[in-house]
Amino acid sequence: MDRLLFGDNQFFGVNHMSEEKARAQSMRFQDIRAVIDVLDTAYDEGIKTFMCTTHDRIAQICDHWRANPARYKDYEFFPCMPYAHKYANAMTDYGMLGAIKRFLPDEGFLDAAMRGGMSLAKKDIEGVTTLLIDAEMKMFQGLKTPVIFLQNVVVDMLLGLNFKEAFRIFANHVKARYDAEPGFITMNMPRLLDALEELGIENPIVCSNINKIGFRMCGGFEAYERALKEKRFRAIAMSVFASGAIPPREAIEWVCRQPNIESIVFGASSRGNIRNTKELVDRCWPAAPASAL
Amino acid sequence: MVRLAVVGLGKMGLSHLAMITAHPNVAVAAVCDATGYVLDVLNKYTGVKPYTDFDAMLREVELDAVIIATPSSMHAKMVKSALEKGLHVFCEKPFCLDTKDGEEVTRLAREGGLVNQVGYHNRFVGAFQEVKRLLDAKAIGEVTHVLAEAYGPVVLKPKGSTWRTQSAEGGGCLYDYAAHPINLVNWYFGAPQGVGGTILNKIFSKETDDEVFGTLYYADGKSAQISVNWSDESYRKMSTKITIWGTAGRIYADRQECQVYLRDTATVPPGYQQGWNVRYTTDLTEPVWFYMRGEEYSAQLDHFVRCIEEKRIENVNSFESAVATDKVMAMMIADAAKGPSLKSDDALPHAPKKRWNFLFGGR
Repeated sequence: MDRLLFGDNQFFGVNHMSEEKARAQSMRFQDIRAVIDVLDTAYDEGIKTFMCTTHDRIAQICDHWRANPARYKDYEFFPCMPYAHKYANAMTDYGMLGAIKRFLPDEGFLDAAMRGGMSLAKKDIEGVTTLLIDAEMKMFQGLKTPVIFLQNVVVDMLLGLNFKEAFRIFANHVKARYDAEPGFITMNMPRLLDALEELGIENPIVCSNINKIGFRMCGGFEAYERALKEKRFRAIAMSVFASGAIPPREAIEWVCRQPNIESIVFGASSRGNIRNTKELVDRCWPAAPASAL
Repeated sequence: MVRLAVVGLGKMGLSHLAMITAHPNVAVAAVCDATGYVLDVLNKYTGVKPYTDFDAMLREVELDAVIIATPSSMHAKMVKSALEKGLHVFCEKPFCLDTKDGEEVTRLAREGGLVNQVGYHNRFVGAFQEVKRLLDAKAIGEVTHVLAEAYGPVVLKPKGSTWRTQSAEGGGCLYDYAAHPINLVNWYFGAPQGVGGTILNKIFSKETDDEVFGTLYYADGKSAQISVNWSDESYRKMSTKITIWGTAGRIYADRQECQVYLRDTATVPPGYQQGWNVRYTTDLTEPVWFYMRGEEYSAQLDHFVRCIEEKRIENVNSFESAVATDKVMAMMIADAAKGPSLKSDDALPHAPKKRWNFLFGGR
């Protein structure tokens, strides 16, 4: 994994500080061209991984990438699924079963129908889950997706429910079908690491808030510090600026001092901010991360 | 350990179940839902004990408390059965569609000395709590007017029927969305004396309202405007916001931030200054033991558990306060049915004639 990954929150009106800023960003990035321009800028600054949701609009970006293979030849996508809003809304409208049925592919192969239908009937979550993963992955066909993430809303719900088997199903399918590493995004990192350890999922990629002020680091700052020191996993730090509450230099210097962090994911909309972040990381993190050696 | 069951496994019920299962001081002893399917999947993969019959669950399982997240039309009966069994109850909002039912279960809970709470999670949002602190400190002087809003993309086209599309079941924009800002206004200023000018309008729904507007009147002359629309696609998700004007300043708050303008006449609270002040969620939010969808959801459940452990009956979002919110909604429904208070062909009073005062000049 690269040290610096580009996230997509800013493109879809997600801002944890201010609804006004989020709305301004929604307006600016309404035209997909504006999104591509920022991704191009980041790419030209040396950021070659896009960690993105499976939002419908990402499909347009994927189309652009497929249409310009020479321009983006070493580019990687880290899909984060599912796009939770889509399912949450469908659940409100159609109930849990109705929502699942809606997203299962209804056209084409008999296999899908069998896998989905039989699994639903047998209350076997594996078939349904793998089908939903395939449905979400369709838009990335032909692009490099070496890591595939399960979104935090889903990870944390499964974690809370103790529905650990789903993590294993996800990990196995992502490895077998996409030759990709499974990744998990969570707001409850120490607890998730325990669960993954119990399942025997070794050295997992786990993306969670890691920032100097402990913002949304559930389980407590000390538990995060301990996990980073003692557990075997590949950490990705997100929300390192705590939504802007920590000045960039202070935030990056602190994160880069923490042990065992392999990558930082960040979002930015301007060349200036992208370049600053890249320079700060290059300066504070001169040695290659251990796993890359 | 608090032994607890979750009843109703829709979107809210499942969220509550995930958060409360992760709570260190809680043992989830059973779950109950009308749909056997969801129960069977949960039982198969998590081992939790499933029930389709609420009464059978109450008979068979030893419990201290229940979380009820069924459609609102079922709340009163279920809450009553649980209270009669001596259980502490956390119930989803809106509480009871008939305020008489609400009052009865409130009385039962009080007599039984049982912890009772309703899921108005906004009272656990840091920014909205900050507003309460500022108002209690009289930071903006005497409040004259309030605008309480909620917008979001729920019903964006005509569509099929679920309990949420029927007001008799507790669905609709008033019960589902407007309940939140109304509850906040009640928390800040107490119950209004009356309501007027209520609009409950359909946009896409056949059987229920999609937009809610109205005025709440208070005895001291203060007023509150409610403006809610759940068919607004320009919002990514539900956004609740509140703006409060006072003689010494103005407060604006949403889930992310609290913006305060204080005039030079204001009593400036510690940490604030004259003019603009902004407090963000990062400053205002207390950490929780488990995070899913927002700290406020975890915080309200944790509060419920603590109240049980500490035997505290006086609670945030008690049944009593939820009934007060239900009452405002009932008033708004009755007011909307009446239509305009004055019509264009009503006789209007003549404007008072200007009297010319030769000595002191006209005014």
